[in-house]
Amino acid sequence: MIRAERLSKAFDGFWAVRDVSLTVHKGEILALLGPNGAGKTTTVRMLSAILAPTTGEAWVDGYSVREHPQEVRRRVGVLTEHHGLYRRMTVEEYLAFFADVYELPETVKRERIAHWLRFFDLWAFRHRRIGELSKGMRQKVALTRALLHHPRALLLDEPTSAMDPESAYLVRQAVAALRSEERAIILCTHNLVEAESLADRIAVLHRGRVVALGTAEELKRRFLGPKRYRVLLAEDRAEAPPLPPGFRLVARSPRAFEVHPPNGEGDNVHLIRTLVHAGWPVVRVEAVPYTLEQAYLALMKQVHAQEAAQSGQEEPTHG
Amino acid sequence: MGKANLMAKPLAGARLRARWNELRNWWRPVLLLMRRELKDQLRDWRILFPLVGFTAFFPLLMLFTARRMAAFVEQYGAEILAERLYPFLILVVGFFPLTISLVVALESFAGERERGTIEPLLLLPVEDAQLYFGKLLSMLVLPLLASYAGIAAYLGIMAWRIHWFPEPMLLLMVWVLTTVQAFVMISAAVMISTQATSVRAANLLATAIVVPVALLLQSESMLMFWRRYTALWYYVAGLLLTAVLMTRVGLAHFNRENLLGRDLDVLTLAWFKRTFRRAFWGNARGLGDWYRTQVLPELRTLARPFGFAVLLFVLAFVLGHRVTTAQLERIPPEVIQQYTQGKGLARIAALQSWISLAQGQQGLGMVAALFLHNLRALVLAAFLGFFTFGVAGLLIAMMPIALWGAMSALAAYVEMPSLLPLILPHGVVEIPAILLFAASLLHLGAYWATPTREKTLGTVWLEGVARWLKVFVGVVLPLFLLAAVLEVYLTPRVALLFMGK
Repeated sequence: MIRAERLSKAFDGFWAVRDVSLTVHKGEILALLGPNGAGKTTTVRMLSAILAPTTGEAWVDGYSVREHPQEVRRRVGVLTEHHGLYRRMTVEEYLAFFADVYELPETVKRERIAHWLRFFDLWAFRHRRIGELSKGMRQKVALTRALLHHPRALLLDEPTSAMDPESAYLVRQAVAALRSEERAIILCTHNLVEAESLADRIAVLHRGRVVALGTAEELKRRFLGPKRYRVLLAEDRAEAPPLPPGFRLVARSPRAFEVHPPNGEGDNVHLIRTLVHAGWPVVRVEAVPYTLEQAYLALMKQVHAQEAAQSGQEEPTHG
Repeated sequence: MGKANLMAKPLAGARLRARWNELRNWWRPVLLLMRRELKDQLRDWRILFPLVGFTAFFPLLMLFTARRMAAFVEQYGAEILAERLYPFLILVVGFFPLTISLVVALESFAGERERGTIEPLLLLPVEDAQLYFGKLLSMLVLPLLASYAGIAAYLGIMAWRIHWFPEPMLLLMVWVLTTVQAFVMISAAVMISTQATSVRAANLLATAIVVPVALLLQSESMLMFWRRYTALWYYVAGLLLTAVLMTRVGLAHFNRENLLGRDLDVLTLAWFKRTFRRAFWGNARGLGDWYRTQVLPELRTLARPFGFAVLLFVLAFVLGHRVTTAQLERIPPEVIQQYTQGKGLARIAALQSWISLAQGQQGLGMVAALFLHNLRALVLAAFLGFFTFGVAGLLIAMMPIALWGAMSALAAYVEMPSLLPLILPHGVVEIPAILLFAASLLHLGAYWATPTREKTLGTVWLEGVARWLKVFVGVVLPLFLLAAVLEVYLTPRVALLFMGK
């Protein structure tokens, strides 16, 4: 549905996006993560055909962003970084204007506006001027604008920013529902919990390049190593625990310790048996939860280290 | 055959219907965008208040002015002056609401950009031209309606209080002139707005509209005062052409990417210098090399505009000749004879004193004076040409040729000696120089109006000026200097020789 091949964008010689290749299938959510200035917004703007790629190519629903920008714009729904609403219009007028430009028939227009306004708890505010709404409400109006024409591809830039937890939950529900309607969704976010809970795959951008791409589990495994297990004890133990062959001790405290089993969770049977046999009072063995945030931070640490090493190599040598 | 005709008719009808539907579909989003923009304007008291204020206040102010003026001039028996003032005041009443349109149009795109509302607009599945026209038309509607309302109010008050009723042709002309003037101002303002990085920058650039429009109004008021209504129709034609060109340039350089991407307001002198130098000097290694690699290729690009300028100059000559002949036929020959008698002798005396002055130390001063006189006219023509895509500059360059046509008509009518010996010696150099000047202005206008999306309007503007300057400095000015030398030292002698003195 959405495909980018070596997509790049330069502004006055500065490469904001470099060689980004990605694919988002129908019914899939891809989260774009990365620090500020990583190139997420530029990538979204190229995919929505308002910025022309400097090199590379992208397609949305089979239409090239270079050759058929109009068709691409017709097929994408974009929630922009800044909601960009007209403050003097009422909610209903605003949405009706966009629906009209998208050539929705009158009944469909009314139905869809009503549906989304009710879904986002905005129905009671439909006659209010947008300037009078709260920040979160405006964000929901902007999201409704992006959904009105039933786009095949959705590009959402920070959809839950500035929202209270309840509204954010509603938006996440809406995004999940849209995925089940076979839409391809790209979600740019700094909220790693949201990315983990919603996205099927995650791409991390740094200085315009994709530095990691995979499912949340894959990224965690890749940047945090194999899963750890924590063993909780009933009483304090000062000595090191007896471990079966292949197990590696990674952390220890008087009442608990953490290990890496050699071949995954199944090996924990040997661990428990060994500990019980040695008289250790095992209360519980549990997987240590890895978060996407940990993986992301580990990745960034790795990227910064690589950059530092590269810049060290590029330093001119004296003498 | 009959069957074929029957088949052809519905086919033609279907094609026409399809074309009509296509057209309607194209304009649909334009009108939607326009309607939205208008709604927004009607809810903004900062636009409405001055608009209503100007529309209501100016007709009353102009009535007061008209009555005071009439009372004043009546004391001296010059009622005609007051009557001449009334039509001009219609133009003033119509113009003031238009000033609001300038403010609104200047922020049409720049303002949306600043408020962050531009991105959802650019994401719409509409063509650039639809977006552009939607904005342009919405900027025109309210101020024009206010302007027409002001004019109607003024006319009503004048009819009621002073019993003055303008002739229908004058009314039509003022109406068209006001509309076209609004079109020029708004198309220029929207064009600036697409290129400006902020509303502040757009407002600063508005000087490029305000100054020429102020000059335009002054000249219009003069023409109205002298009842030269036909000349004002030429103004209408010229303004319409300028507005169309402005819209074309605005559209040609309308770039969604620039509207989103450019954020800097900083004047980069290095960019200015680099762009100008590249277009003006290129990689020339010296003056000779500059002429060979820069000026000559530039002259070659002027072949077509030069041909066009020749055609226009011939037309100007013919027009000058025919208009003068038609005017002269109305005057009794003895009156003309009375005026021209002895002019030949006076001319000979003038030429003789000219030659003796040129032989003395004042010769070089005369050359300088002639050159500076021409230079002043050229700079004025170029200045006006810069604001009108070369059109006004071209008209000024055509004036001496039209005058020549008029003089030759006069010479033929009263059997005066031919003017050729007075023109040709330096004209051989000067006329091609004027033609070249006119051609370079035409080319400049065309260069600015040609779509070049990969370059910003600023780059194209600067490159155009640099290329024009190459011809002006490298060829036109040296030719005018040579013509001034010939005019001082050669022309009087050739003329006297021709007159047998």
